[in-house]
Amino acid sequence: MGTVTTEEMMLNMGPQHPSTHGVLRLIVTLDGETIKKVDPVIGYLHRGTEKLAEDLNYTQIIPYTDRMDYLAAMLGNYNVVHCVETALGLEIPERAEYIRIITMELQRIASHLVWWGTFLMDIGATTPFLVAFRDRETILNFFNELSGARLTYNYMRVGGVKWDVPPGWVERVGEFVQYMKKELSNYHQLVSGNEIFLKRVIGVGTYTKEQAINYGLTGVMLRCTGVKWDLRRDEPYSIYDRFEFDVPTATEADCHSRYRLRLEEIVQSLRIVEQAVAQFPKDGDFMAKVPRVIRPPAGECYTRIESSKGELGTYIYSEGKDKPYRLKFRRPSFVNLSILPELLQGENMANTVAILGSIDIVLGEVDA
Amino acid sequence: MSQFLAQPLGWGTGLIFAGSAVALLAVVLGFVTYAIYFERKVVGWVQFRHGPTRTGPLGLLQTVADVLKLLLKEDIIPALADKPLFVLAPLIAFVPSFAVLATLPFTESIHFADLGIGLLYYIAVSGITTLGSLCGAWAANNKYSIIGGMRAAAQMISYEIPLIMSLVGVILMTGSLNLIDIVNKQAEMGMWFFIPQILGFGIFIIASLAELSRTPFDIVEAESELVAGHMTEYSGFRYAFFMLAEYVYVFGMASITTLVFLGGWLPPFEFLGFIPGIVWFILKFCFMVFFYMWLRATFPRMRADQLMQLGWKVLLPLSLVNIFVTALLKEFF
Repeated sequence: MGTVTTEEMMLNMGPQHPSTHGVLRLIVTLDGETIKKVDPVIGYLHRGTEKLAEDLNYTQIIPYTDRMDYLAAMLGNYNVVHCVETALGLEIPERAEYIRIITMELQRIASHLVWWGTFLMDIGATTPFLVAFRDRETILNFFNELSGARLTYNYMRVGGVKWDVPPGWVERVGEFVQYMKKELSNYHQLVSGNEIFLKRVIGVGTYTKEQAINYGLTGVMLRCTGVKWDLRRDEPYSIYDRFEFDVPTATEADCHSRYRLRLEEIVQSLRIVEQAVAQFPKDGDFMAKVPRVIRPPAGECYTRIESSKGELGTYIYSEGKDKPYRLKFRRPSFVNLSILPELLQGENMANTVAILGSIDIVLGEVDA
Repeated sequence: MSQFLAQPLGWGTGLIFAGSAVALLAVVLGFVTYAIYFERKVVGWVQFRHGPTRTGPLGLLQTVADVLKLLLKEDIIPALADKPLFVLAPLIAFVPSFAVLATLPFTESIHFADLGIGLLYYIAVSGITTLGSLCGAWAANNKYSIIGGMRAAAQMISYEIPLIMSLVGVILMTGSLNLIDIVNKQAEMGMWFFIPQILGFGIFIIASLAELSRTPFDIVEAESELVAGHMTEYSGFRYAFFMLAEYVYVFGMASITTLVFLGGWLPPFEFLGFIPGIVWFILKFCFMVFFYMWLRATFPRMRADQLMQLGWKVLLPLSLVNIFVTALLKEFF
């Protein structure tokens, strides 16, 4: 009998592939169905946001942040205005803060819902995607009423928000929170206990706490290793110190724990929205007194917030002009993606999409 | 009908034979057209959508339009493909799917070949389709196709065995491989085989889903991993042939399940016997088809290696246990 020779196969996954969530390209070296090596290639969606920002004044930068993490544009908006406000030392009106909190938390829920749907789509279940999108639709409609847009809101401004909430909006958000709390049990019923699903995710894509910290992972990717780190709790910005909420953590650091944590975070976000709706000020300004031309004092400023993906930061180097000399975003999708080659080493081909899906990346943010 | 089929082959009878074969073909093609429509409607219903509504009344012409589109598409053969094999593969996949229909009795009188080994014939011939998938995967010279093709081969081999084994219990109880005998035995016993053969029934359902490579066992063409598996490079009418084969097998498998485990054309209760057998057959058959679609809308996909483990480590031993217990019971009672 002759000897059977085997050959490693190089497979190009993406940039056009159904489950690389956009234009991520993975050059995968396969031995049968086992992955030997992965080379992620990014940059297909690079638009040079940071460079463009150098020629824009601070208000003009905001719409660009919509297009970074396009599933959580409100958080992107807040990220940049928060940095400029901190540099200016601006006092934000109470009402504006509450509007921001409500929109940001709703946005986090919307982002996690998309993640839930697409992750399960990767695993092969099609129905959850539509279930999640139905409920996300309600949130998008809320944002549509606020800003006139469904995805790229351009809603927040340095010093507050662009528009006040329409009459009855806050009450309807309150109703949605009650609805969503009940609805989540259906989510669990549809997926969480499914034996096939559990077999696909338990013990898949694990890493240690040290690895997570060394790679600079944040958000759920960090919390699933047992590190209790949430900027809303540990470095409260805006008015997060007024709300009561938990920071769910897990210790398994597998796809299943990340799945659980994201669903748990939806519950916590709902709690925050519920409290914010109850405390919502009856009247007041939704915009601070801001100079017509915004000129942060010369120097550096870095602020960070907890976005749906992890630590989203803005660094501004100002020379005291109306445009930043240098602007840099710390993009959690990009940082979290960096652990992927190590996670996929030696994994089965079918686990690739599960692991990639569990990281929750948005290519707009990875490539900025 | 059996006397009719036993007539000597003359010009007249030959024409009638050909005519009835064409009639069956038309029924099956009609089934495939509306099974796809039905699937989209059912899945849409589960997912709070409407499914097709625009083409024709209630969207009834949607599949017709889709097929027409596929037939009119440019015929693309990749430059590096193995041309003869690439052309042949859809046929290898598709011809057996029709060949197996010959043995299916729809009622006691409406059937074609009353074959003594009907059940065995069905399973043996349907196995050839895998060869078509594998050929197509290999000929297309595409990496996703090859992985899909390998998965198809592995899956078919692993699940063919529990599939046949799960039927052995029924064969033991009937003492025949003839599908009509199997149904008649169920009439004689007064209960359908899924009750005494509940274990075999469970194994058969799982293995048949794997044979059909439908959710949760659709790893062959796992869209999120392999784009479209062995069909990645196929388009136009060659792709249509693969799809056709797939849905004809849905027809075949639903019929076999109905016949072997759900009593075929038998009514559930004696007093309902006045309703013609074909109605019962169609009802049970439709239930099975709905069941496949229901699963598709509900379940995620299994992983290839877990699928193999399930096949070899769980289903195969269980089906052997089933045969053993059945044989024991038959011997002593």
